[in-house]
Amino acid sequence: MALLEVRDLTVSYPARAGAVPAVRGVDLRLDPGETLGLAGESGCGKSTMAAAVLRLLPPGTTTTGSVLLEGEDVLTMRPGRLRAVRWTEAAIVFQGAMHALNPVRRVGDQIAEAIRLHDKATDKQVGARVGELLEQVGLPARRAASYPHELSGGQRQRVMIAMALACSPRLLIADEPTTALDVMVQAQVLALLEELGRELGLALLLITHDLSVLAATCERIAVMYAGRIVEEGPAAAVFEAPAHPYTRALAEAFPTIGDRASRRNPHGLGGDPPDPRDLPGGCEFHPRCPVSVAACPTLDVQLWPAGEGRRAACVHVRDGRPELVYQVPPRPVGEDAPVHRQVAP
Amino acid sequence: MTATQPAPAGAAAAQGPILEVRDLHVHFGARRGRGPVARAVDGVDLQVQPGEIVALAGESGCGKTTLARTILGLVEPTSGQVLYRGRPIGRGTAALKPYRREVQLVLQDPTGALNPRQSVYESVAEGLRIHGVKGDEETLVADALARSGLRPPRRFFLAYPHELSGGQRQRVVIAGALALEPSMLVADEPVSSLDASVRGEILALLLGLVRDLGLSILVVTHDLGLAWNIADRLAVMYLGRIVEQGPTETVLADPRHPYTRALLSVVPEVHHLEHQLLTGEPPDPTRVPGGCRFHPRCPAVASGAAAQAGVEHRCRNEPVPILRGLAEHHAACYLTDESVKKEPERRPSTRGSHAEGLQ
Repeated sequence: MALLEVRDLTVSYPARAGAVPAVRGVDLRLDPGETLGLAGESGCGKSTMAAAVLRLLPPGTTTTGSVLLEGEDVLTMRPGRLRAVRWTEAAIVFQGAMHALNPVRRVGDQIAEAIRLHDKATDKQVGARVGELLEQVGLPARRAASYPHELSGGQRQRVMIAMALACSPRLLIADEPTTALDVMVQAQVLALLEELGRELGLALLLITHDLSVLAATCERIAVMYAGRIVEEGPAAAVFEAPAHPYTRALAEAFPTIGDRASRRNPHGLGGDPPDPRDLPGGCEFHPRCPVSVAACPTLDVQLWPAGEGRRAACVHVRDGRPELVYQVPPRPVGEDAPVHRQVAP
Repeated sequence: MTATQPAPAGAAAAQGPILEVRDLHVHFGARRGRGPVARAVDGVDLQVQPGEIVALAGESGCGKTTLARTILGLVEPTSGQVLYRGRPIGRGTAALKPYRREVQLVLQDPTGALNPRQSVYESVAEGLRIHGVKGDEETLVADALARSGLRPPRRFFLAYPHELSGGQRQRVVIAGALALEPSMLVADEPVSSLDASVRGEILALLLGLVRDLGLSILVVTHDLGLAWNIADRLAVMYLGRIVEQGPTETVLADPRHPYTRALLSVVPEVHHLEHQLLTGEPPDPTRVPGGCRFHPRCPAVASGAAAQAGVEHRCRNEPVPILRGLAEHHAACYLTDESVKKEPERRPSTRGSHAEGLQ
């Protein structure tokens, strides 16, 4: 049985002018111990997905479909059961850990709080468990007595991870866990998550806009655009040979150092993500797509098979011509934005 | 602290660098003689030539942002000089005003850099008013917006920051800088708060500004991929010092300093270097180690490679000379840089002393 199975999930946020769809029919499956990366730019619905898995969405949000956590639907759970499931079965490490810790309480007490909510234990047992958790995330147990401001960004993120592990969940959801961190610290935190996955048999759902991070950390990748999954498959294959032009743009956004093609030639994606209140018809990506064809604006988009274990929502994949995704050389960005005036230096 | 070594002579003598930093030190704290002194910038030489993009890379706390702020005259150096077109920049608001028009700052987070209650027009026009720029304000603002890729510009005049995407906001910030027709931009992490898809567009814009307007850019970043994308030269900073610099291609293809190698090896897209995760405490500018400041975390010292090469005692005890702002590729490392290795041995430094014996 899958640890997490999301079936045809839709999430809409309330707004004055009517509901705004953030997630529009997503299917996802995560097996025990598996690592899945979810990629996409701001506003594509990836953080909404993360919140929906633990039903952490704000009141007024409409949700349809189902989120099965070990076969049990989170969306219809009674509140008591939901409280038990949060932390013990699945836990989240949020984006911006810098601000998620209470600045006036020692980090050890904050971790202990999570343990006490779910386990009946003596102070001594809780203290021992806090030390154990801190050591598990690579911090000395004495750090329990520190306040958040005494820790570096990477250390605070480690505390957040220790807190998420407090009740031994089987699924860890990490939403942009390394965004404001330095490269070296980012590498340390990612190595820690990988190691925890291996040692504790944790399943990991890692969410970020940096596809290269996912390719290095996860077994499978799913790419979201405008509330839908547009490509899914084994991490290395998706990153190295994207079947969807949007995935390709994301993969090329971070250059391979040493690759002549990207030297003095940054690649980007023109245009802005679509307004969820006013989505383009057909394939939502067609206005920004470098390889769109006449059929795209009216296309009934589905995830079509795109090789072994892979699916992609592109007309070229449907037509069995994935090579067309590479038909146009990536446009050197900025060419469409000529700079007019010459000013003497 | 006086530099006995002459300034690098003949470095592009015909034109000279547009910006030069000489033996710069910026120390913070201990104002009332209490507490440790943080040596945020601790002896830096750097040059930016006209029409050049120089990337200054390093981790948080390495002093790169302090260096950028000092270059802009926002922080007063403890010692050393910042020269613009060969002349020291002044001190105080009035003296700095003309300089601040020439050298513009682009900040990391466009959402924080823009006033949420100001329209795009007001944000861009503000600098023009402060500097009393003559000419038709509307045309100048429109030109600046167009040059930053916001077209047609007049459509954006009345927009507020919350109505724009992250990439558009950063373009507004850049337009605000361009409106004053600067000759140089100092960009502090210009794309790190932007989405992956927008990143390339903003970097391409910066490249275009150099190509078409002949601007010089100093870009401060922790992202070596950004340097590969746009920078002509790369300087890597660690704990207040530049530890390696040179043309971007050679530094990234053949990094010499163990710190640069480690930094490069953890970039997810890099496969030609063995993954080298640095451990140990993050560097603390109030406790700069003696000898080579990287030696407590240095993989070459830990693995014994430095001992084998017979330089370990120098790594541990002898302060590495400051890298001069030269065009060639150099690393402040006894193990891997021949010219540093050849430096005559000097007296060991007094550990943690305020004024390290540099020359």
